[in-house]
Amino acid sequence: MIYVENKDLVIPGQVLADDEYYSGRGTFKENGKVCSSLMGLVSLRNKKIRVIPLKSKYVPKKGDVVIGKINDVRFSMWDVDINSPYSGILPAFEVFGREKKELNKVYDVGDVLFLRVVDVDEIKKAKLGLKGRGMGKFKGGIIVDIAPTKVPRLIGKKGSMINMIKDKTNCKIVVGQNGLVWVKGDEDMEQLTKDVIHLIEAEAHTSGLTNKIKNKLYLAIDGEIPPEEVPEEEEEFVLEKPKLQNFKEELEQEEKEAEEEKQEEKEDKPGDDEEEKEDKPNIAEVIEELKRKNKKDNTFSYGESSMNSFILNNKK
Amino acid sequence: MSEMIRQDGRKFDELRPIKIEAGVLERADGSAYLEVGGNKILVAVYGPRESYIRRLLEPNTGVIRVRYNMAPFSVDDRKRPGPDRRSSEISKITADALRPALMLENYPRSMIDIYIEVIEAEGGTRCAGITAASVALVDAGIPMKDIVVGCAAGKVNDEVVLDLSEYEDKEGQADVPLAIMPRTGEITLLQSDGNLTEEEFAKAIDLAMEGCLEVSKLQKEALMKKYSTE
Repeated sequence: MIYVENKDLVIPGQVLADDEYYSGRGTFKENGKVCSSLMGLVSLRNKKIRVIPLKSKYVPKKGDVVIGKINDVRFSMWDVDINSPYSGILPAFEVFGREKKELNKVYDVGDVLFLRVVDVDEIKKAKLGLKGRGMGKFKGGIIVDIAPTKVPRLIGKKGSMINMIKDKTNCKIVVGQNGLVWVKGDEDMEQLTKDVIHLIEAEAHTSGLTNKIKNKLYLAIDGEIPPEEVPEEEEEFVLEKPKLQNFKEELEQEEKEAEEEKQEEKEDKPGDDEEEKEDKPNIAEVIEELKRKNKKDNTFSYGESSMNSFILNNKK
Repeated sequence: MSEMIRQDGRKFDELRPIKIEAGVLERADGSAYLEVGGNKILVAVYGPRESYIRRLLEPNTGVIRVRYNMAPFSVDDRKRPGPDRRSSEISKITADALRPALMLENYPRSMIDIYIEVIEAEGGTRCAGITAASVALVDAGIPMKDIVVGCAAGKVNDEVVLDLSEYEDKEGQADVPLAIMPRTGEITLLQSDGNLTEEEFAKAIDLAMEGCLEVSKLQKEALMKKYSTE
């Protein structure tokens, strides 16, 4: 016997079903009944009941990509705030191997980085690393904070939502699985993007959101609603979207895709070369590039970035 | 006898008007605002977050801390600000009343802070505080077995009545605050202050239980209202 339907909104302690159903994430079994332990939406699949929370804290998981802020510089590692009950550490050797360097010259307190969770230990402390493309320090831009459970919604199916926002606002957007979003673009576009992201967060549990956001964006930027060419097909496509259910798997896939696209995007813009390179400081090409440039004019024209001067100093 | 009308015109088993709102504070992880009669209570929940007090953390579960605080202007005679014996006691019993419902095994070594601020007080603030705190905990997305709800019964003019007002609390003969987990009916808080016979005590508990179930419905409505936009 089941007492709820798929996508129903439930609250903690609510009885969801009788014994013959399996209790999944966000539920527990008591006295032969499956009950919800969270406020969220029901997800039913093959007699397995799960509750997808509306709000939750990020708990680090191996392989996730996150955005973190340097909290403290220690002798051989950085303390990183990853918007979670558990702090992250970025060991020095993850950044420059066996060489010994001064840590605070590379990343200082307050710097925001794009990181990967390399490992999570038994007390849930996350060990972070910079291996992977696009990882490294962000320059400029703003950080928008959303609930980690809403991340798949912000990205949309195959990145549809996030790409639409990117295209329309011309902002660079990086989404961390810990619910932090980095946005860089024109100042007013950054603001608009921030508002839109917050709107998505607030209405993540409603359907037809992509269209709503699309209209809002077009209205804000072009001053008019987009031409009515798509709505028919779009509608069906959109209705399927609130599939928060398999978000973990989907998310991973989407994240990867989104990231790849991001990378492509970055590479596509030769004009931004210097800045992009600064964004991923630990890549060999960067060093090569900088070396070349250094030979050319032999001045630290990138001196304002401690990262680059560091590389230059060591490669001489 | 039970047809007696109380000082504020209520029947013996009638609650004061209640208003509950979830998610009222922008910066808190979860929050709730509650009005019961003349009580106005605001609760903020922060966490689970990294425990910055080492000695408090537990290696296999999360911990909660509760601070119950009355604003100096919340009562008729100005209350001296800051913690006192009464508020320390209420902070402790509130934490104890909420803890059985929380499932913090997934958040070891973390801490949840609950701040209960009484803006206006008119009797029964500890129960109102518990009721509001559990709504705020749900709003914060913390896993719970059930939504704890509190309600008091008492004895006024030799009559067992539900949900004492400030006047009844002061003039009455007994006060029995009760908090339960409504799904199973488990009692998480039971205090008794004053003189009651055995029968009166049993009656007071039954009455308070019914009151709790009534308030519980309002809690659920408030939570549903927050997120059901269409």
